[in-house]
Formats: sequence, C-alpha cells, structure tokens
Amino acid sequence: MTAAATTTAVPARTYKAYGRPAWRRFLLTREMAIIALLVLVVVVSLAVVPHFDSPLTVTYLLRDIAPILLIALPMTLIIITEEIDLSVASIVGLSSVMTGLLTHGGWPFPLAALAAIVVGLIAGVFNGFLVTVVGLPSLAVTIGTLALYRGIAVGLLGTTAITDFPQDWTELAKANIPGTPVPAIMIPFVILAIIFAVLLHFTPFGRTLYAIGLNKEAAAFSGIDVGRTKFVLFTLSGTVAGFAGVYFTLLYSNARGDNATGMELQVIAAVLLGGVSIFGGRGALHGVIAGVLLIGVLGSSLRLAGITSDIINVITGVLLILSVVSASLLAWLQKRRSAAIGRKKGQAGVSSPSERATR
Amino acid sequence: MTAVATPPTAPAAGTSAASRIVKHIATARETGIVIALLLVILFATLRNPAFLFSSDGFRDLLLTPSLLLLVAVGQAIVIITRNVDLSVGSIVGLTAYLTGRLFIDVQGIPVIAVFAAGIVFGGILGVINGALVAFARVPALVITLGTMYIYRGINVAWTGSNRINASDLPADFRGLGTGQILFIPILTIIAVVVLVVAAWYLRNLRSGRELYAIGSDPAAAHLYGLNVTRRVIAAFVVSGALSGLAGVLFAARYGTVSSGAGLGWELQAIGAAVIGGVAISGGVGTVWGAAIGAYLLLTINRALPILGIDDFWQRAVVGVLILGAIVLDRVLAVRQHRRLIAQREQAR
Amino acid sequence: MFEFTRSRRAGVIAALAVGVTLLAAGCSGTSGGGDSTGGSGGDANLSITMLPKNLGNPYFDTSTKGAKAAAAEFKGTLDEVGPSEASPTSQVSYIQTAAQQGAGALIVSANDPEAICDALNEAKSAGVKVVTFDSDTNKDCRDLFINQATADGIAKVQVDEIATQIGDAGEIAILSASANATNQNAWIETMKTLLASDHPNIKLVEVAYGDDDDQTSFDKTAALLQTYPDLKGIISPTTVGIAAAARYLSTSEYKGKVALTGLGTPNQMREYVNDGTVTSFALWNPEDLGYLAAYAAAALIKGDITGKDGDTFDAGKLGSFTVGKDATVLLGDPYVFTKDNIGDFDF
Repeated sequence: MTAAATTTAVPARTYKAYGRPAWRRFLLTREMAIIALLVLVVVVSLAVVPHFDSPLTVTYLLRDIAPILLIALPMTLIIITEEIDLSVASIVGLSSVMTGLLTHGGWPFPLAALAAIVVGLIAGVFNGFLVTVVGLPSLAVTIGTLALYRGIAVGLLGTTAITDFPQDWTELAKANIPGTPVPAIMIPFVILAIIFAVLLHFTPFGRTLYAIGLNKEAAAFSGIDVGRTKFVLFTLSGTVAGFAGVYFTLLYSNARGDNATGMELQVIAAVLLGGVSIFGGRGALHGVIAGVLLIGVLGSSLRLAGITSDIINVITGVLLILSVVSASLLAWLQKRRSAAIGRKKGQAGVSSPSERATR
Repeated sequence: MTAVATPPTAPAAGTSAASRIVKHIATARETGIVIALLLVILFATLRNPAFLFSSDGFRDLLLTPSLLLLVAVGQAIVIITRNVDLSVGSIVGLTAYLTGRLFIDVQGIPVIAVFAAGIVFGGILGVINGALVAFARVPALVITLGTMYIYRGINVAWTGSNRINASDLPADFRGLGTGQILFIPILTIIAVVVLVVAAWYLRNLRSGRELYAIGSDPAAAHLYGLNVTRRVIAAFVVSGALSGLAGVLFAARYGTVSSGAGLGWELQAIGAAVIGGVAISGGVGTVWGAAIGAYLLLTINRALPILGIDDFWQRAVVGVLILGAIVLDRVLAVRQHRRLIAQREQAR
Repeated sequence: MFEFTRSRRAGVIAALAVGVTLLAAGCSGTSGGGDSTGGSGGDANLSITMLPKNLGNPYFDTSTKGAKAAAAEFKGTLDEVGPSEASPTSQVSYIQTAAQQGAGALIVSANDPEAICDALNEAKSAGVKVVTFDSDTNKDCRDLFINQATADGIAKVQVDEIATQIGDAGEIAILSASANATNQNAWIETMKTLLASDHPNIKLVEVAYGDDDDQTSFDKTAALLQTYPDLKGIISPTTVGIAAAARYLSTSEYKGKVALTGLGTPNQMREYVNDGTVTSFALWNPEDLGYLAAYAAAALIKGDITGKDGDTFDAGKLGSFTVGKDATVLLGDPYVFTKDNIGDFDF
C-alpha cells in the first residue's frame, strides 16, 4: 500500500515549502511518482515477461541507454534554466565522426577521443555563444545547430563508415564491472551523476539555476550572471555529448555521420518525464535518471515480450503527455475544490508562477 | 505586398508608382530571403540551364517545395501564437497512408472525398494537440513531442509491413501529383491558394491579428479579454489540417507510401518558418516568409549537387541558413530598438 | 488531507493501468516466447527470429513469407522483428533481445557490416546460430551467409542490360541505396571494373544515394536528370530506388529516352515495364531466398551442418545445397524480367 501511496503526483507548485511534514515533502513528489512507476514496471516485468530476469537484460539495457543517461544530466540543468538544447544528438554524431577520422588518420586512440570531446566542447561553446552573447532563443539556435553539426558530420565522412578501432578500447566500452552484469560505462556515469547532483542540489551555483528558471530578471537583479551561467551549461552539454559520442562509437565499433540521429528527442522526453518543468525552475536529477530508466526498461521489457517498436513509441508518448497533464489536472482539481469549499485560508489551491516552490 | 508574395515569379519591384510600396518591399523581412532564393536559382541555372529552362526543371522547381510549403504555413501560424507543433511530420505520414487505404478499401471513392477526409483527419489530430496545450496549460513542445511519438507509432502499427504502391491509386488522382495547368503544377496552385488565404486571414481579419497579440504576450491578451484557448486550438487545427492536406498530396505526388512518410518534416517546417523570419518566441512573422523559407530550403537541396557541392553538406548549409536568419532578425531588432530610442530622444 | 486521498486514488489507477498493460504484454509474450521446442528435430530449439533491414519493405515481406513457409515445413516457429527505419545501429537491440529470448537461430539482413557484429557475436556465444542473408556482415560474426547471387553475376547482368539498351555508349548514373550498404557497394565496384574493361564508351558520371527511401530516391532521380542533360541510362541496384526512378521517369519528358535498369520486384515494376518506361530489370526470387535461409538455420540448429566448406543440407522444394567458401551458400543466378515474362510472377 505504501508503494501505491507514493505514486501520487502532487504538483510541487501548489504548496509553500515546509507546509507539510518532511516525510511527505520527500515522498509525495513527481520524482517519487516516477521512481515508484519504475519499480512497478520492473516488478511486473520480472513476474510476467520471460527472460527479463536474466543478467543480460541489465547489461544490454544499461549499455543502450548510457548515452541518453549521460546527456540527460546537463540537459536537466539547461531545462531548469528555461532553455533547451536540441543539438546534442548531432554533437554525438560529430564527435563520433571525429573519433573515427582521427583514429583512421593514425592518431593514438586516447588522443583522438580527447579531440572528439574537445570538438563537442567547442560545439557547446558555439551554442552558448549564440544563446547568451548574441541573445537568441535557444530553441531556434539549437534547431539550427542540429542541422549544422549533423551536416558537418555527414559531410566529413561522406559515404564511408570507419569501423576499425583498437580492440582494447572497444572491449572496454563493452566490458562489465568484474563480477557484476553492470557495464563499465556506468562508472563514469555515476561519477558524473554525483558531480551534477551536488552541483545542482548542494551548491549556490545550483540554486542560481532554479532562480534563473523561475525569473530571469529577478535573478539578474539579485546579482546572478545569467549569461555566464547559461554559457557554462551549454558548454557542459556539448562536452558530455562529445564524450557520449566517443562511447557510442566504441560500443558499435562504428563511426558514421548519422549515428544517434533522433536521440535529442529521446533525451528530452526522458528529462520531462522525470519531472523537470519545461517552464524552468523545477526538477531534480533523481527523477530524471528514473525517467531515462523507465523508458529504457519499458522498451526492453516490451521487446522481450515480442511487442513491436511502434507500440513502445506510443507508450512513450502517452507517458510523456500524462506526466505533464497530470500535474496541471491535479492543480485544476485542487483549485476547484478549494473554490467549492470556499475557505479563505490562504487560497492554497491557486498556483501562480510567482509562488512556485522549487522542491 | 503581393509583388513580393509570389515566390515563383521575380518580385516586380515598383510596379506601382507609390513610393510607399517600394519602400515597404525594400525593407520587408521577406525580401532578403527572396533575393537569396533568386541567387540560388541564378547560380544553379548558370551552371546548368536545365535547372530552370527545361520543362522538368521548371516543374520540379515549383513542385518539390509545395508540400513542405503547406506544412510550413501551418507551422508558422502555430509559432506566431508562441507555440510549436512537432507532430506535423507524423500527421503527414498518417494521412498519406489513410489516403491510400481509402482508395484501396472504398472502391470508386471520389477524389474530393479523399481530400476532405485527409483534411478533416489532420484537423482532428490537430484538435487533440490544441486541446491538450490550451486546456492543460502545458508547453506545446512537450505535448507535440508526445503526440509526435504517438501518431508515428499508430502509423507504423497500422501500416505494418504494408505499403501503398502507385498501382493502388487511381490514375487521375496520381495525375494531380504531376499535372500542370499552364505550366504551373497543380500542387503548387493548391499550395499558393492556401498560402494566399492564410496570409489574407492573418493580415486582415480580427481573429488573425489576435493570433499575433497572443504570441506577443499571452498574459496581456488574456487580460484584454481575447479568447486565448479558442485561438490556440484553432491554430493547431489549421496546422493539423494543412499537414493532412499535405499528406493527401504526398500520396498523389510520390505514389508510394510506407510507414516512414513525412519522417523528419517537423524540423524542416520549423526551419522554413524560422528562416522566413517567423520568430520562435511568437508574435512576429508572416506565412509568406515561411513559404519562401520552404522554397529556399528545398531549392538549395536541389541546387547544391548542380553547383558541384557534395550533397552530404546540404544539412550543414540548412543549419547555417537557419542561424543566419535568426542572427539577422536579432540584428534588425536591436537596430530598430536603438532607432526608436533615438526618435524618442529627438521628440523631447 | 482531502487532496492527498484524491491524488492517491489517481496514482493507484495509473499504477493499475500500467500493470494491466504490462500483464497483457507479458501474456501475449509468453505465448510467442522462445521456449517452444520444435517437434521434428527432437529436442532441437527450432524457434527462429527473422530480422530484416527494416519492416514495411515489400522485398523483405516476400523473403519472410518464404521463411515462414519453410518453418511450417520443418515444424519450427519463425517470428519477424525489426526496426521501422534501416539505420545501422537500430538492429542491435533486436539482436540482443533474440539472444535473451534464447532463440535457436537468427536470420539477419545487415544494415551495416560492422555495427551489428559485436551484438551478433554475443548472440552466438549465448548459443544462437546466426545466418545472414541478402546483405552480409563480416564473415567472422556469423555462421552462414545465404547469398542471393554472386556480386559478379549481379553486376554483370545490370551492366549488360544497360549496355544493350543505350547502344554501348554514353553517360550513365547509378542510383544506390544507403552509402554503407554492403552489397550495393560491392556490386557498384564490380560494375565500375566491368565498365572500364568491356564498355570503354560508357561513362559513369555519378553514384547517387537514395537511402532506400522512396521520396529521397524520387528526388535524387530528378536531380540526376537535371544535372546531366546528356544522361543515357540509370542503373538502380535496389528495389526501392528503381521503383521510385521508374515512377519519376514515367511522367517526365525523359520517358523512353533515358534507359533504366537494375534490381526490382515484378509487382512494383509491372506498370512501368508495360508502359515502356523500363525495358528490363533483374532480380532473384526473395521468397526462395528466405525459404533457403530458414532451412539453413534449421540445419545449423540440428547440427546437420556447421558452416564449413563442403557441408551439404537439404532445403525442401529447392533441393540440396552445398556450403562454399567463407561459409556462403549461393541461391543461383539472377533472373531478368521483361515484358514477356513479368506476368508469370507475383511478389
């Protein structure tokens, strides 16, 4: 029953901080609802889907969604500041092509990988420059750079695919942590996740992100350098996408211009599913990670059950819409109820952007 | 205005003596893209006269962008209201397949009924988008991202491994896809008629102007008493219906419809609108711009191989164009801002 | 307090809904699961997974039909799975799923010779027999490759056809599938060699890529005809490409003036052969190809063959086949379709 109790999706914007006991504030959040849903899906899958309980499931699942997990970290921060980065998948492709070209050109692999990550960083800097220095809307900018980076990637490599990478490195990308079914890529991911979580939830820098997302002008007047903050975030996003590109290349031993096409939408869908508000100012990393895992586990479980990819897409779409609509719906229900009860005490049901609570 | 309006013909600058019109054309945001489009056509034609001066070349120049034009016009209307519609590509795919199925399953169905069905079906899909966006008060980006997945999934599930082959469609319907009236392809005529109607509506009717008001400042529009919910839903319905029409015409033009029809069109349509000066933040832009943007995008795609540029670089060029367009808009906006300040200072 | 119960109810309903969905999924999944054991091979696991390049491609629909017919004959099960778009990495998760399900064998047409290699090797080490057909991977990631025809044979038939149709002189172009398609690239290389050695007056001006996408191929055909006004012929060694090119030609001013040949299916090309746009084109029978691949997979599962040179196995109505060099089985010579014989085929 407690499991069911935690699946509530109480919109966080409708109460003042500390209006309720701590256990409730912790358990009754969007993030917890997603985590509970994830647990439920895993439990049900274990019970009814054949072969879901094999350790291979864990290996394949985490291997496949590792790039999305990685990119979702900086994406969360960007969306919290009310911006968006649609060019990440193209940066993955570009970084993949750079890795391939440089390795092919005789560079030692670590150097080529480093260069590819730097290319990702430069791509991120360029996004950040256009958004913050020139002052353009990030949606338009990153639709442009989505086409630009993908075009460069496809243009550089033309028709060929580079498939010849040092065995040691491709083995490493596919290796598991000794004695477990967990892929080794999870080690850098966990380290990055801890860094991002600390950055977002336990540093002044992280608090400024929420402040920017809630109200840019107010943040600027309270002494936050909004431009610089966003610039840093886009740079981080590009760098992590660059790293994901190197990993992607090794995982499939394959550098191609069209690698990871369409991944940007998967990342954004997962981040939004994880309870990050596209209006900015709201979200937490544990929800996002659960969101990515939820989409991954659903896909893996349904594939094992012999359900085709189209149905998986429909379910992803429905979940995404439900996750955003449910919040609005609950707020609306509450508003109606408080209106019906007619208590004047605090008008608790009305949520307005100005009094959103971040947690 | 109309002089600038018809992309296929060169803008007859100053046909009217009124200097006001000339000045308007010279300073219009759309003029820049028209010039870019004409330059592309000029260079491609210099390299290979067949690009413009063979009957096929002229036909394809007008024909290829017609479908994207329809989708881009709908997209522009949605973007003007400060929303975005990512599901258009999936709607095109669904209605294209529906068109084929209607011809196969309903023997002797009149072509006009199929058109109506496609438009209505697209409109219904648009209602779903609009209702979710307007009533749930959630950003269109999230909702239409969700419906993009859902509609495409339904499309793939419905199509399965079937596909519509050209032989399944009646010859007179397919003739629409390639037929011409006075050297102008029928599809282009349909697209231009839609464009003119949409432009006239946005420019001259109260409800059209309200779309701009909503996009400029939704809160103010609401406080002023505009029916924001209804207008936003209407914008999505128009976008869906036009994508539906494009889907029907897709079947006519290409004859073969598999579950991948219209894949990736959403970004092309948004790109066309943005290149055409429709600001992603809403309230600014015209459907003319979006239409010319669509022409520019696809004409460049066709011109690059002729200019000897490897067609793998096409997407990079498109990216540069989009970035160039938004930077240009920004520069113009800043300049105008400064000019207005200067005027105010002088007025004192 | 009040709100809490209300929202909790919504949560429970949502949870139940997901649970029910998954339950339904699970039930439907167990029935088609990979644990079913075939009857004829004693305890051999004759559950086969067929993974074409993409779903919704008539060519692969036909090959799957053949494979299913074969599976029915040797009393195995055959499930078709696959991505909706033919991208190189999209097949990996399906290969992994088949390995997890403990399929007896996997029949794959590779979108990319390398990208799925590791996944196939992992499947092999999990005990799945891997048969490639139509488009091969590297030879060390599979047990057997079912070759529809030799690259030389396919390239030669197309070059011969185009040469006779354009009078052995003039400019031609090639409209291929995706730039990484293993088989297309091999054929194009052979065609280039053949053109250089036997047809000095034919000039290959461009190889365009339509990505096996109907619309792209259609637009690329238009671009080719415009870019090269003196073009005499087009070879399209892919079923999607040739159909799109034929459709463009049939309504354009070039109909009958620019020759088109390549690999196509009779049902797609019937109209264009009959209206004179296309004189001839070639292919093998994809249904037979799928049929043979399924029988080869069954022979591997039962242990009748291991894939070494000289192994022979029986493929139902097609007779007996011998494994050749590089663990390859050859279906036969390509077949040329013309106005006279196209009516005899339906695929």
